[in-house]
Amino acid sequence: MSLDKDTVRNIAYLARIRIADADLEPLSGELSGILDWIEQLNAVNTDGVEPLASVVDVTLPRRKDEVTDGNCQDKVLANTTDPEDGFYTVPKVVE
Amino acid sequence: MSYILAGESGDWEVVIGLEVHAQIISKSKLFSGSATSFGAEPNTHVSLVDAAMPGMLPVINEECIEQSVRTGLGLKAEINLTSVFDRKNYFYADLPQGYQISQLYHPIVGEGTVILDLDDGSTREVGIERLHMEQDAGKSMHDQDPKRSFIDLNRSGTGLMEIVSRPDLRSPEDVGAYLRKLRSILRYLGTCDGNMDEGSMRCDVNVSVRPVGEAELRTRAEVKNVNSVRFAMQAVEIEARRQIDVYDDGGQVVQETRLFDSVKGETRSMRSKEFAHDYRYFPDPDLLPLVISQEYVDAIKASLPELPDDRKQRYMSDLGLSAYDAGVLVAEKETAAYYEEVAGGHDAKLAANWVITNLFAVLKDKGVPISESPISAAHLSQLLDLMADDTISGRIAKDVFEIMAETGKAPAAIVEEKGLTQITDTGAIEAAIDQVIADNPGQVEQFKSGNEKITGWFVGQVMQATGGKANPGAVNKLLRDKLKS
Repeated sequence: MSLDKDTVRNIAYLARIRIADADLEPLSGELSGILDWIEQLNAVNTDGVEPLASVVDVTLPRRKDEVTDGNCQDKVLANTTDPEDGFYTVPKVVE
Repeated sequence: MSYILAGESGDWEVVIGLEVHAQIISKSKLFSGSATSFGAEPNTHVSLVDAAMPGMLPVINEECIEQSVRTGLGLKAEINLTSVFDRKNYFYADLPQGYQISQLYHPIVGEGTVILDLDDGSTREVGIERLHMEQDAGKSMHDQDPKRSFIDLNRSGTGLMEIVSRPDLRSPEDVGAYLRKLRSILRYLGTCDGNMDEGSMRCDVNVSVRPVGEAELRTRAEVKNVNSVRFAMQAVEIEARRQIDVYDDGGQVVQETRLFDSVKGETRSMRSKEFAHDYRYFPDPDLLPLVISQEYVDAIKASLPELPDDRKQRYMSDLGLSAYDAGVLVAEKETAAYYEEVAGGHDAKLAANWVITNLFAVLKDKGVPISESPISAAHLSQLLDLMADDTISGRIAKDVFEIMAETGKAPAAIVEEKGLTQITDTGAIEAAIDQVIADNPGQVEQFKSGNEKITGWFVGQVMQATGGKANPGAVNKLLRDKLKS
């Protein structure tokens, strides 16, 4: 499977990764190579095989419905650049 | 009673499907141990999981699973014993993970049914397509600062049930009935408080239109930001009208997300670039599939409370109430509980009339919910007792009721205090009748000359003379005897 430049540009946009135009061409080549490599798996016949969710025999662990966490506003906001009155602030996101 | 809108080229039918987001009632969040309660200081009900700090892992809250299954059973839906969590990827300031954990491909609940109770007393079935669990996002506030949006993550990670209906709704009335019924079911089940003001129940409305008689569905638009039943109904009307105008002008409706503006009474397109519908769903590698057993589901099923439809049926078949009365009484769990306390040991229809006619008028007048009723169910029940044992007449009961509404006092105390006890002593009634007859020879003459209708006037006079306290049956009988003699 090969990816063209526009697809790579769109993927980068959706992931919010800035990529210079000059890098799009080599990146589409590299990404296409990775996809081709993975596509070798298509050679295996998986008819009637259940999707594998885990390689060990465990079930989804569950938690009791108890309040055991939170109340750590200082920690939550510790790495933000411009907190105000306990809020995160970001550049305005609506018109 | 179909809802048809006229366009330039002909008549149009409206097709509506709803996606309701219902916040799960649980103490802690879907995948973390922080609290879910509403109204806390910003970013205090946030753990490092909810803030999506690197390396934090989600652990599912067992209560949220149970609540979702319970809701599915309440919607008469199939429960999927295996369901899978997926990541829905998008960027927004109040979504710290950059994805929402949801269940796209394998939801926990499949197809179900909601029965609508329409205004004319008829009912109609609406299909439920699915119910899945997902995380709520945080809250953005855009009006605090000219250049910045403020973000509060308290709601981030709270468990939601997204309940998706089939496009089976055809009018604003259907939409109102569906939302009210769904809310009623959720409240009976105790799985969501259904409070649209606080945002614990929200809905997106999918609207399309088609010429009457056309079988194919046309392109739909999704209307967001609809936060009350009334707005949902308005949004349908406004969006349907907009689409008809688009077709009438020779245009095509495009599939998009639109924002409802209740102030301007319009829907408008959201900038599509920011909400690119390219969510790149994939199974969440942090979470194994959720597997539950049939025994687990059966145990929840056995613990379900009586739901509004069953209760309505019981009121109709066992208590003999009309479909309308039964529907009104069961709509809110609190109303049904109140009614049952009043009706205990009394005539069911009489009790229904007092609650629906008299009590509802008082609640409406005072603008309070039934949980804050100035008249307790026990007091209203006592009032019915006083009528049943002939202590007071129905007419006096209405006066006592008024006083109860104002003072909150027990009816017996009011009757005692105001001396309203019905006069059943024939001697006292006879004396009053004799006086009225003696004072009004002209009317007596009319009766004797064959005007039977004047008896009513005499009854009125006697009731007035006794301050309304005479037993009307006794007055009638004694009066006729005396007038004829």
